[in-house]
Amino acid sequence: MLLEVKNLRTEFKLKRGTVRAVDDVSFTIDKGEILAIVGESGSGKSVTSLSLMGLIQKPGGVAGGEILFKSQDLTKLSQKELQQIRGNKISMIFQEPMTSLNPVWRIKDQIMENIMTHMKISKKEALARTVEMLDTVGIPSPAERANDYPHQMSGGMRQRVMTAMALSCEPDLLIADEPTTALDVTIQAQILELLYQMREKFNMAVLLITHDLGVVYEAADRVIVMYCGKIVEEADVKTLFEHPQHPYTVGLLQSIPQIDNESDEHLYMIKGMVPNPLHMPPGCSFSDRCDRCMERCTKEMPELQEINGHKVRCFLYDKAEEGELSAK
Amino acid sequence: MLKYIFKRILMLIPVLIGVSIIVFLIMRVFSPDPAPIVLGQHATQEAVEVWRQANGLNDPIYLQYFHYITGALTGDLGISYYTKMPVTKEIFARFPATIELALVAIMLASFFGILIGVISAVKKNSIFDNAGMFIALIGVSMPIFWLGILLIIFFSGTLHWLPSSGRIDPLLQPLDITGFYLIDSLVTNNMDGFKDAFRHLVLPASALAMYSMAIIARMTRSSMLETLQQDFIRTARAKGISEGRVIIRHALRNGLIPIVTVIGLQLGSLLGGAVLTETVFSWPGIGAYTVACILKSDFPVVQGVVLLIASIFVLVNLIVDVFYAFLDPRIKYSKKEV
Amino acid sequence: MAKDNSANSAENLMQAAEYVEKPESQLKEMWETLRQNKAAVVGLVIIALLALIAVTVWISELIGIQILPYDPNYSDMTKSFIWPNAEHWFGTDQLGRDVFSRIIDGTKISLFVGVTAVAISLSIGVLLGSIAGYRGGKTDAFIMRTMDVMLAIPSILLAIAFMAALGKGLDKAVIAIGLVSIPEYARIVRGSILSVKENDYVQAARVIGNGDSRIIFKHILPNIISLIVVRATLGISSAVLDTAALGFLGLGVQPPFAEWGDMLGRARGFIFTAPYTLIFPGIAITITVLAFNLFGDGLRDALDPKSRIK
Repeated sequence: MLLEVKNLRTEFKLKRGTVRAVDDVSFTIDKGEILAIVGESGSGKSVTSLSLMGLIQKPGGVAGGEILFKSQDLTKLSQKELQQIRGNKISMIFQEPMTSLNPVWRIKDQIMENIMTHMKISKKEALARTVEMLDTVGIPSPAERANDYPHQMSGGMRQRVMTAMALSCEPDLLIADEPTTALDVTIQAQILELLYQMREKFNMAVLLITHDLGVVYEAADRVIVMYCGKIVEEADVKTLFEHPQHPYTVGLLQSIPQIDNESDEHLYMIKGMVPNPLHMPPGCSFSDRCDRCMERCTKEMPELQEINGHKVRCFLYDKAEEGELSAK
Repeated sequence: MLKYIFKRILMLIPVLIGVSIIVFLIMRVFSPDPAPIVLGQHATQEAVEVWRQANGLNDPIYLQYFHYITGALTGDLGISYYTKMPVTKEIFARFPATIELALVAIMLASFFGILIGVISAVKKNSIFDNAGMFIALIGVSMPIFWLGILLIIFFSGTLHWLPSSGRIDPLLQPLDITGFYLIDSLVTNNMDGFKDAFRHLVLPASALAMYSMAIIARMTRSSMLETLQQDFIRTARAKGISEGRVIIRHALRNGLIPIVTVIGLQLGSLLGGAVLTETVFSWPGIGAYTVACILKSDFPVVQGVVLLIASIFVLVNLIVDVFYAFLDPRIKYSKKEV
Repeated sequence: MAKDNSANSAENLMQAAEYVEKPESQLKEMWETLRQNKAAVVGLVIIALLALIAVTVWISELIGIQILPYDPNYSDMTKSFIWPNAEHWFGTDQLGRDVFSRIIDGTKISLFVGVTAVAISLSIGVLLGSIAGYRGGKTDAFIMRTMDVMLAIPSILLAIAFMAALGKGLDKAVIAIGLVSIPEYARIVRGSILSVKENDYVQAARVIGNGDSRIIFKHILPNIISLIVVRATLGISSAVLDTAALGFLGLGVQPPFAEWGDMLGRARGFIFTAPYTLIFPGIAITITVLAFNLFGDGLRDALDPKSRIK
């Protein structure tokens, strides 16, 4: 087991109250595995990834739980110890390639900074490695482009640079937070393909954060669906897409436009909006938007329960009532 | 780049001509006749007439301006009504003192301003932030001449630590090489002179620096707060580099542009503030001298000084603009931007 | 596009939370923000107090009642340089005048000069800026180049030069200080007009045949009034500072009127013998300037939507 997250809670203390952005989240990632976390804005998926990196800024912070990376609890480490892991053993690429690179530094200096922070090598060797990494991620004439500033590159190229930087110290875990969202569709496919190749090449695990189920289907081995800070469903990709259980997952899947859909049916939309984090509905947080909401759902929060490796948080599949998950 | 700089320098000319016109209008057209002031109330009509003729004051006003501006272009700013010395000589005898004071002040202001601003931004809403911003608020609210007076009362009067007036002990005065005593005393290995010049500089430079420091601190804070929100700061943190490096090498480096702009503008206001500081500390510079010249209607000197200070001001701003290109590779001064 | 990620999503969360229960009207919202800003409230309270003092002193002078402990201009050489005590709270100056009474009396001059000078620069600046921004072309170029020229000269130096031309005195100090800040207002107004001018509603007003001045006053100025108010508030604080500076150099208000800067200038020779004569007037200036700065900063923050969503 490479990473084991147990009962993670991340909170933001605001003037008007405390927002629990990540609420009792547990999952694991194996070596070489691609795990996707899907959810809408505010579902807590990005906050989860930043919690792993120890990058939650005030007024937020990890309030509970454990993050076991190679059996070492990251939540117990000092910032200094975390710095040795960040960019080295765990690295991250972000959604906005346009703004995630420092605009006043040359590409090579930004990548070399990462390398020289974690490896005891000379400047010359770091530069050589930088060029090699740029080549690996498919940047043409890498030796010249290394001298470019970010604004001289396209979005897709910048995301390749970000990837090169994140991979430069051969991490065990790469967190990719919406790596393709800001890119054109053709470029999206290229970046996903790149991630796939890199996973093979470096045998690293990838935590893929996205709201795009298409990306999940393309890339992931296993999927976690998050809603309002909680995991509502977890399964391997095939199972999730073929047998979605939670009404939220079902809704998400139905709202993907399908080219082969011949009928005039309007695209399905989940009604309502994500609730305000300070005014959560009592009971299940999805209850006010759920088509299959029962009375019980407005009163208590269902537990996440596991049946045959498929986890779901919904009373529709309550063991006590249904006996078995596949009853439906 | 060179073309841009050249273009900008060309554009300075109309501004400086404008400055000369405005000063000329104020001093020679709207001001009362200088003759009775310069020659005294009891001068004879004849003497006044002779003096006016000699100083070209009987020519039509446009001709006076024409003579003045053609002279200025060849480096001749006229002759002081009182000392009968060329204005350029009068100015350059005093200018190094003012520049030395202003340069030391701007260095103090920039260093402490940026320091306070960065700490305030990084420790936002903490006690450091509140204290820093309180100091900055007092700094912009306090008249600099009063701050100078307070410093004298406390450090010269009560504690007897530092001298309250002058530039240096006359016995220690270094050879005049650059006119900057700190430099002149150092290169002539006059360590006592250096120490003394430094001790004389501390109070006036601090008084002069306070206002600019406050402005720079506020600017730095807001610029840093904005920069620290940017995505690339998160990227930098994700690399595992130290927080100090994130703040200095990434955030401050990016937030520097508005700060540099403010520093450039402050240098202009420092030259203005020098008028007051020099008066308080009897600093033998151009500021106090100019006030005296305005009061006794020594117009040629006043015109010369204002023209010189305005030139420095616009030049500094030009340098700041050029400096941007080094701070931010995205800025290119080649195409349509002028 | 869902702009959801990491640092931003935390921010989104916070914004979402902050947006709840917001007052609807913008003005009310601004007032609310201002009220929550303790510093701004302190500034406003001090300004109100100073104004109250100034008006009271002025009226009592008009109707001939002495409410100050001593006549601020009454000199008694036998009582010069008395250190602060129960009778003379701030001591007496070189001419035996009561410093406390003079400082209280000086409030009205500083406030008067500050407000009037700003009124002058404001009205001329807004006028010039409107013309420049609205007309464009050569008029714009001429006005704005002139403003650039004025900005190239340090304002205190320019004010002193104006004083030399105009002569000494309170009224002249007001004019000189008013004149030197014209460019700031002209620039703000011109810049805002240029950006507002192309807006649809202004275009529409022109299409239905509104005249230029009507468009400026009815449609454009109301939109930039908030910017001007902030600038003017902060402008008063710099006008008070400039007044004190001119007074300190002996160019401002002439004796026997009590003016803080003038008091400092005249007491300067007694810096070591009677430091208190130099401390209290400075405190008065600082408090006044501070109050306008606090209030002006608060106003600016309240008007700036970016800082509102903190």
